[in-house]
This record gives sequence, structure tokens and C-alpha cells, in this order.
Amino acid sequence: MSTAIKPQPAPPSAIQKARIPHAGRRKVYRGFGLVLLIVIAAVFVLPILWTISTSLRTPAQSFDNPPQWIPLNPVWSNYSAVFQQVPLATFFLNSVFVTGAIVILQLITSTMSGYAFALVRFRGKGAVFAMVLATMMVPAQTTIIPIFILIRYLGLSDNLWSLVIPAVGGAFGTFLMRQYFLQMPSELAEAARVDGASNFQIFARIYAPIALPPMATLAVLNFSAYWNEFFRPLIFLQSTNNFTLPVGLVSLQGNFGTGSVSIVLAGVVIALIPSIAIFLLAQRYFVEGITAGSFR
Amino acid sequence: MTTLTTRTKSLRAASGPEGARVRNRKRAARREGAFGWLMISLSAASILVFTALPIVFTFVLSFFSWDIISPPQFVGLQNFTHLAADQSVIHSFGVTGLLAALIVVLQIVVGLAMALLVQQRKSTWARSIFRTAFFLPLLVSAASISIVFSYLFDDHFGVINYYLQLLHLPAVAWLSSSAGATATIVIVAVWQQLGFVFILFVAALGSLPKDVLEAVSLDGSGPIRTFFSIKLPLISPTIFFAAVIGLINAMQIFDQPYVMTKGGPGDATTTTVMLIYRTAFQNIQFGYGSAISVVLFVLLLVLTGLQFLISRKWVFYS
Repeated sequence: MSTAIKPQPAPPSAIQKARIPHAGRRKVYRGFGLVLLIVIAAVFVLPILWTISTSLRTPAQSFDNPPQWIPLNPVWSNYSAVFQQVPLATFFLNSVFVTGAIVILQLITSTMSGYAFALVRFRGKGAVFAMVLATMMVPAQTTIIPIFILIRYLGLSDNLWSLVIPAVGGAFGTFLMRQYFLQMPSELAEAARVDGASNFQIFARIYAPIALPPMATLAVLNFSAYWNEFFRPLIFLQSTNNFTLPVGLVSLQGNFGTGSVSIVLAGVVIALIPSIAIFLLAQRYFVEGITAGSFR
Repeated sequence: MTTLTTRTKSLRAASGPEGARVRNRKRAARREGAFGWLMISLSAASILVFTALPIVFTFVLSFFSWDIISPPQFVGLQNFTHLAADQSVIHSFGVTGLLAALIVVLQIVVGLAMALLVQQRKSTWARSIFRTAFFLPLLVSAASISIVFSYLFDDHFGVINYYLQLLHLPAVAWLSSSAGATATIVIVAVWQQLGFVFILFVAALGSLPKDVLEAVSLDGSGPIRTFFSIKLPLISPTIFFAAVIGLINAMQIFDQPYVMTKGGPGDATTTTVMLIYRTAFQNIQFGYGSAISVVLFVLLLVLTGLQFLISRKWVFYS
């Protein structure tokens, strides 16, 4: 810095000289940062890589150390074995049913209620919306006992619907959709009303079709939450044939002990495939969903 | 507002007599009101029955003793007096509090550091590769992750102890000692949820005012000073948000200890939600389980309230 202040015969070179140490230090920072980032990224990726590569080894090799990180001679037998050891296909279909039903139902209910809270005038709107907002902060695990009793009372114990029915309406979804509809121009509704469209037609034909981005966000977040859900299925489902993937995999691990790690890991990889597929297709909606809550 | 003016405009265009116009407007408003209620009915009923009322019901149940077979018996405050002296309950709150504090602090510190490091990268592909890597664990269920890590952290055959010994470090009793089991659960929970906090911070750092940052860098402020005196205050609302959400989630931790340690060794990692699960669904004590739930609920309410109070001192809203 001091070199820049001193009078120099050639001013441009002086400026360059002044900048070099600063830029050099920045380069060191950035280089150090990159190394650190690569190390952290490795910590994040390696357990998943280990899962995949160990699922491709024979059960006898699953605890060989050092692990073979790159599966040079992949053994695919674990992937058929896991379907024989447990009804994995049934678990998978159960998960598809529960997750699919919740995602679709919540899309419908949240879009409808979000629209009404944003753009329809009715008595009691403020009070009902306050209730919805308040329940967003409710810790879900603390209400599990009454919900379990309610499920039993409705005769839905050990039934996949016991997971779906309590999740038909979502506070977060309602909130997310409302925020989106609030930003929409009301001129659209005015024009349609002049043309004689009914309240429902204005919603279904004009507003719902342009609300696809937040609907996609809601769908991917709900997919991720319910596909991976463990606590409720563990409590609500009893018979093995009703298990969803996470509960089924944990029971598989419990039965095997540490004997056939590679077979259990094959199941873990199978459960992971739909999540990764959806993430690759809709990455930006995940990111939007996460940031949606924090800026309002 | 706007919908109303449209309606009056269209009614004026019809130019009927005054009384009919008022009646029409009233009818349209009534129709819109009924439509609104119809639109929210499914969501509102579901949220009311399966979230709002269960809170009330949890409080009610906490005054009863109930094994679900015989009719519930009113016991007044007995569950709470029992609970206040129950070592397993008190211990579970200690375990949960320790786990939650470690998880929340580590998540925020490491998540923020990662966001800053990724922001340093100029190329978009590098950014997106790192972002994807950090996001990956969020896609896996906590149950599956816990299965995987219970193998990796296995005391004897686990990959982690293998590499530790390769580096001439002592093997750690990850799952068979209290400290090891606590550390394992914290590591797994942080590993899985860092992506969430990371994305929040990337978004917050990306939305910082460019002109302010440029002015600061022209003034010759180094990266460390810029971070502590400019960036940190500006993203404090995001840190606060991550702390509130993180604490609520971490205080309900269940999947990781259930799968990896079964609450052990002993009761070293028996969290409050695990205790609620055992009390209600294994010992069939619904009243007592509800009483523990009530305490957890109230505790979370108080902690969140405290966070909001303290936030006035350090969170900076521009």
C-alpha cells in the first residue's frame, strides 16, 4: 500500500505494484477455499458412494477394509436378493401410494385454499388464516398421541390411509400458494368477471394454470418429506405388508444384524433412486421451496 | 378491493333500479363468501382436525391415565408431579437439549462457512457441483442415512475407525460409549441437514446489496472484516430463521437415535420423543406420554419465544 503513495516515475506500474500483493493474497484465500470445499464435498459424497459401491459387492465382502470405493467387479445379486428377503416391491408400492396420494391431494387443497386466502373475500378469513399460520409452528411429534387415537377411532390402524388422511391439508402448502396468488394481478379476474365467468371458473381456468411454479415447489417438497417419512409409519403401521420403504428397510436391517450389509444397502439405493430422479428433474423447485419460507 | 369495484362497474353497466342493484351486489358478495369457505374447507378442516385439535387433546389427555383398553381416568396433575420426579424424563430433556444445541450451532457455523466458500467460486459449474453435493443428503431419508452410518461408524468393522487407525489415531467407541453415540448422532443429523441451511445462506448472501459490498472493498477492507462487520449483520435474519427452525426440528430428534443407538448405550441417547414413543406406544401409557408431550411443546414454545426476544438484540432488519 505504501508504495502507491510514494511518487513513482511511472504511475501505471505503481498501481500494478500496489495491486499485486492484494490480488496475491486473494488468490491464496481462494485456493485455500477450494481445497476446503473439495474436502467438505468429499465428506458429503463419500458415504453415498460407499453405499452404492458396497451394495455392489458380495455379502461376504461388505465389511472388507479398505472398502472398494469404485466397484470394479459389480455384483448385482444383492438387488435381486433384497426383493426375495423382504417384500421390497410391496414396500415400494406402498411408498408410491402414500407419497403420491399426499402430493396430489395437498396440491388440490393447498391451491384452492391458498387462492381463497389471497383473492376471495369472505367473512372469518383472517381468523381461519391465523389458525393455519399458528399450526405451521406446531412441533409435529408432540401431537402424535391424539392423532394415533383418532386413527384408531376411525378404524384406520395399520392402513396406508392412516398416513394419507391426516395429511390432506397442509399449512405450509396453503401459505406457499397464498403468497404466490397475492402477487398476481387482479385485472385477470376483473376481465373474466365482465365476461360472465363464475368464481370457480376464474380460479380453475385463469389462476390455477399460472400457479404451476409454486405447485411444482410444493410437490417436490412434499414428495421428499413423505417419501422419507419414518415416525408416523413406524407408529401407524403394524403388518410387514403395509410398511413403507423407510420402515421396511429399518426392519430389514434389524433382522439381519450386521450379516448382509450389502443387501440392506441395495435396498437403501433402491429407495433413493426416485428421490434423485426427481431432484435432477426439478432441482430449482427444491431450492425455491427452501428459501420460500425464510424471506417473508 | 379490486374485485368489488369490478362488480359495481358491471352492475352500473346493467343500469337497473337502485334496489335491485343493491340486492344484486349483496347476492354476489354472498356467493363469493360461500365460494371462499368452500375453497378453504378441505384444508381448514384437515388442519383443524389433525393439527389444531390434537394440541388441545394432548393437553386434555395429560390429565388422564389411559391404557386405551379401559376407560380413561381423570388423575388431575398427577402425571405432572410424577414427571417432575421422573429421572428418565429429566434425563431425556438433558440429552435432547445437548443434541439440539450441538446440532443447531454446528449446522449454522458450518453451513455458513460452506455458503461463503461456494460464493467465492466464480464459475457456475463449480458452484452447481458443490451445491448438488451438499444437497444430496437431504434427499435420503433420515432412517436410511442412519442405517448407512451405523455401518460406517461400527466400532469394529466400520470404515471410519479403519481410516482413523490407518492414520495412527485411536479407534473411537462411536456407538458403544455415551460420548461417542452422542457425537455420532450429532454428526449424522448435521451431515444430513446442512444442505438446507446452506441453501438458505447461499440465497441470503446472493441477495446482499452489491453497491455496499463494492464500496467496502474499495475502502480496502479485507474479506474477514467485510464478513464480520457487513455480511454477518446483513444476513442475521437468515441466521435467526435457521436457528428457530433448526431448534424446533432438533428438539424432536427421533429417527437417528432410534435406528443407530436405540437410545443407548444405557439411556445416553434416549431423546424426549423416543421416550414419548416408548411411553405411549410400547408401555401404552397415553396419559403420561401426553404429559411429556405437553412439557416438550411448552418448552419449545418458551425457547422459540426466548429466541425472538433475544433476537431484538442481535438481528438486524434493514
